[in-house]
Amino acid sequence: MLSSVAERVYWLGRYLERVENTARLVNVYSTMLLDLPSGSHIGWSLLVDITGCHEEYNKSHSSVEEKQVVRFLLADSKNHASVLNCANMMRENARTTREIIPSEAWELVNNLYHTLKEDLSRTISRRSRQQTLENVVGDCQRIVGVLTGCMNHDTAFAFIQLGRKVERADMTSRIVDVGSISMLPAFSRSAKQKSFLEPYENIVWMNVLRCVSGYQGYRQRTHSQVKGDEVVKFLLQDEAFPRSLGYSLTDLVGHLNKLPNNVEVLRAVARAKKVTLEVNINQLLQHGLLDFIDELQISIADIHEEINNTWFRPVELRKPVRKAQSQTQA
Amino acid sequence: MPIDWKSYATGDFFDELISAPGKPRPFARTLAKYLASLSDEELIQRQDAVRYAIKTMGISFTVYSEAGNIDREWPFDLIPRIIPQKEWQITSKGLEQRLRALNCFIHDVYNDGKIFKNKVVPIELVMDSENYRPQCKGMKPKYQVWANICGTDLVRNNDGQFYVLEDNLRVPSGVSYMMENRTVTKRVFPELFENSEILPNSEYPSHLYEMLMSLSPRDKARPEVVVLTPGIYNSAYFEHSFLAQQMGAELVQGSDLIVEDDKVYTKTINGLAPVDVIYRRIDDMFLDPTVFNPDSQLGVAGLLGAWLKGNVALANAPGAGVADDKVIYTYVPAMIKYYLGEEPILPNVPSYLCIDEKQREYVLKNLDKLVVKPANESGGYGMLMGPKASKKERDEFALRIKANPRNYMAQPLVYLSTSPILTGTGGGVEPRHIDLRPFILQGKNFYVTPGGLTRVALVKGSYVVNSSQGGGSKDTWIVDENGVPGSKNAEGGAA
Repeated sequence: MLSSVAERVYWLGRYLERVENTARLVNVYSTMLLDLPSGSHIGWSLLVDITGCHEEYNKSHSSVEEKQVVRFLLADSKNHASVLNCANMMRENARTTREIIPSEAWELVNNLYHTLKEDLSRTISRRSRQQTLENVVGDCQRIVGVLTGCMNHDTAFAFIQLGRKVERADMTSRIVDVGSISMLPAFSRSAKQKSFLEPYENIVWMNVLRCVSGYQGYRQRTHSQVKGDEVVKFLLQDEAFPRSLGYSLTDLVGHLNKLPNNVEVLRAVARAKKVTLEVNINQLLQHGLLDFIDELQISIADIHEEINNTWFRPVELRKPVRKAQSQTQA
Repeated sequence: MPIDWKSYATGDFFDELISAPGKPRPFARTLAKYLASLSDEELIQRQDAVRYAIKTMGISFTVYSEAGNIDREWPFDLIPRIIPQKEWQITSKGLEQRLRALNCFIHDVYNDGKIFKNKVVPIELVMDSENYRPQCKGMKPKYQVWANICGTDLVRNNDGQFYVLEDNLRVPSGVSYMMENRTVTKRVFPELFENSEILPNSEYPSHLYEMLMSLSPRDKARPEVVVLTPGIYNSAYFEHSFLAQQMGAELVQGSDLIVEDDKVYTKTINGLAPVDVIYRRIDDMFLDPTVFNPDSQLGVAGLLGAWLKGNVALANAPGAGVADDKVIYTYVPAMIKYYLGEEPILPNVPSYLCIDEKQREYVLKNLDKLVVKPANESGGYGMLMGPKASKKERDEFALRIKANPRNYMAQPLVYLSTSPILTGTGGGVEPRHIDLRPFILQGKNFYVTPGGLTRVALVKGSYVVNSSQGGGSKDTWIVDENGVPGSKNAEGGAA
C-alpha cells in the first residue's frame, strides 16, 4: 500500500471519530448544563478547553456565551477542529482514497458533509441541536458499519482503524476531563453549598458516561452507583467497554499486528497502556486530573508520531529526528 | 404541462430522437411515449432525483477559475440520446480502423518514416508539430501501439451522417462520466430498463485493465498497474480515481513514484515496490522533469529513461500526441489507405490547411463561413467560430493565421445534430446541439465502448459542448432495434 494512501485513510479514520465524538460532547454538554443549578457557575468555557481550542477561540471571541461556543465548535470554518471542518477533512481524505474505500462509504461521507453544511444554521438553537447532533452520530455509525461490513479487512482497513482508535483514545481522555467539573471550586465553596451541590456531582459523572454511550455499560460492569472514582476507572481501564482507553489501546495492538515493521509503534502503545493502567485513581481524584490527562495525551501523541515515522514518511526521507506533535493533518 | 412532442421544434438540424414535430424516430418511440406520460410533478421529482444522485455519488468535475469551489457537480440532462445498434456496429468498426491506422502512423513517425518517403504526409508537418518528441525516436512499444486509449469526437451533420471531428490520443477524458451517466439514469428511470434492450457500458474498466496488463514488460500473472494523476486539482481527478477504483489499481501521484536504476517503484508502507504499467493521466511535458519541463512537480525524474529501456509501460506512450494534431488529422483518411489498404469507414469533416497557400487564401476569404482551429489546443479553446464571430474578431484571427499558418486548419461549420433536453421545470423540451465521444482501446486486442459520452451544449443555439465552457452531458443508449416494438419502418434512419 502506498504510504500516501495509508496516511489519508488513517486521517479519514481520525476525522470520522473526531466528528462523532465532538458531536457527542457538544450534545451531552448542552443537556448537562440544563440539569445543573444556575448558582454552580459552570459555563461554556470548559467545553472549549476540553476540545483543546482555547487559544484559537480567544483569538476571535471576547466572551464565552453558549451561542458563540456552539457555533465555534460546530460550524466555524476558522476553527480547524470544528465539526464542519473535520467533516470536510474527512470528505477530502475519502475523496482522495475513493479507489480504496467502498463507494457506499464515500457516498455516506459525502452526504454527511453536505447535510451538515445545510443544517448548521439550525444547530445553533438548542431545540434542533440535539436532533442534528444525534443524526451526525448516527451517520458516523453508519459509515463505520459500511467500512467494517463491506471493506476487505486488509492493510487499508487496519490504517482506518488505527486512526479511529488513536483518535478515540485521545478523545476519551478529554471527556474524562469533563468530570473535573465536579472538583471545581463551585462544588466545594462551603460545607453548606457542598451539601446543596452533592446530588449534582453524580449528574456530572452520569453525563460524562453519556458522552461515550457508556452509561448502560457502566451499570452492567460495575453494579454500583455512579461515582467519580468508578467512572474514571471504567473509562480508563475497563477491558470490555469499547470506548475505554484500555480497550482502545488493546484494540490498536490487534490492528498493528497486521502491519509490517511495527516494533516502534507497538512500544509506544505499551507505554501509553502503562500510563493508563497503572495510575492510582483515588489519588488522581484528590490531586486533580489535569496533569495526568496531559501525560496521557502526550503518550497518545507519541503513538501518532511513531505511526507517522514508520509508514507515512517515504522510505528514503526517513530521519531519526522527531517532529513536533501534531493533532491535525499537515 | 406534460411533455408535448408536437410542440418540439426540430428546426434545420438533424434531431437524434424526433424526426419532425410529434414524430419520434422508431427506436425512440418507447422513450418519447414514456416521457410524455409523466406529469409535471413526476418530471420535477425525477429532476430532483438526478440532482440528488449526482450530489450523493459525488460526480464532479473541477473548474480552475472558481476559487474556493474547485469541485463542481456534473451538469446532466436526463433525456437519453439513442443510437440504433445496427448503425453503431458500423461506426465502431470505423473507429477501430481509424485507431489502427493512427498507431501505424505514430510507429512509422518514430521509426522508419516510410509515409514521408512515399510522400503521403509531408515530413515538415510532423517535425514542426508541438507534440512531436524526438526523444522517442527508435522506440518500439509492445504491439507497436502508442495510443492505447483514444477518445474520438464524432459529430452528426444535418445529412444524418457521423463525421470524425478529432482524435484525442494524449490523455482523453470523459469515460467515467459515460458510466456514471448510466448509473444515474438507472436510478432515476428504472422502468425504462425493464422493457428495452440497452447495451450496458459498465464493462469498460475491465477491458481497460486487461489492456493495460497486456502491456506489461514482464511476464507476470498480475502485473502491477498504477494510474498516475496530476492530483486533486486536476479537472479530471474524479475520473482518475474512479478508474483506479473500478480497476482495483493503485492511484498514484508523481511523489509516490521513484526511479532507481531505470526501474520504477512506488513508495509503500513496506518500502519500494516495482511497477510494470503506468496509465498516465499527465501530459508528456510534465512526465519527467529531467527530459521535458524541468519545473514539473507532477512527474517523476527518470521516468522516460525507464520507459525507453523497456522497464515500464506507459499508456499512452509519450509522443503519441503527434497524431493528435488538427493538421495531421486531415491526413488520417490517407493513412488508412496507405497502411491498411482500406477505404475509411468514417469520413473526416472536410478541412482546409492554412499552410497550403491556395487553401489559406480560401480560408481567409471565407472566414465568416468557417470554423478555424489551432493545431494543438483542446477543450474548445483558441478557435474561431466564423459565422458567429464579429468582423473585428475575424480580422484579428486572420492576422494570427498569417503569422503562423502551420498552426491552423479550417472546417465548414458542421450543423451539429440536436437532441431534446428538459428546460426549466415541468414538461418544457427543446433541442440542443450534441456530439459524441466514444472510447477505443488498443493493446493486444481492440475494444470500443458501446456508445460513448454524449456532450450537450446546454445554452440555446450554442455549439460549445465542453464542460469547462457550459456544456453538460446525457446518457447514451445503443439500442437493439429488433427488441423495440414498432421499429420495422425505420424513418429518417441514419445508417
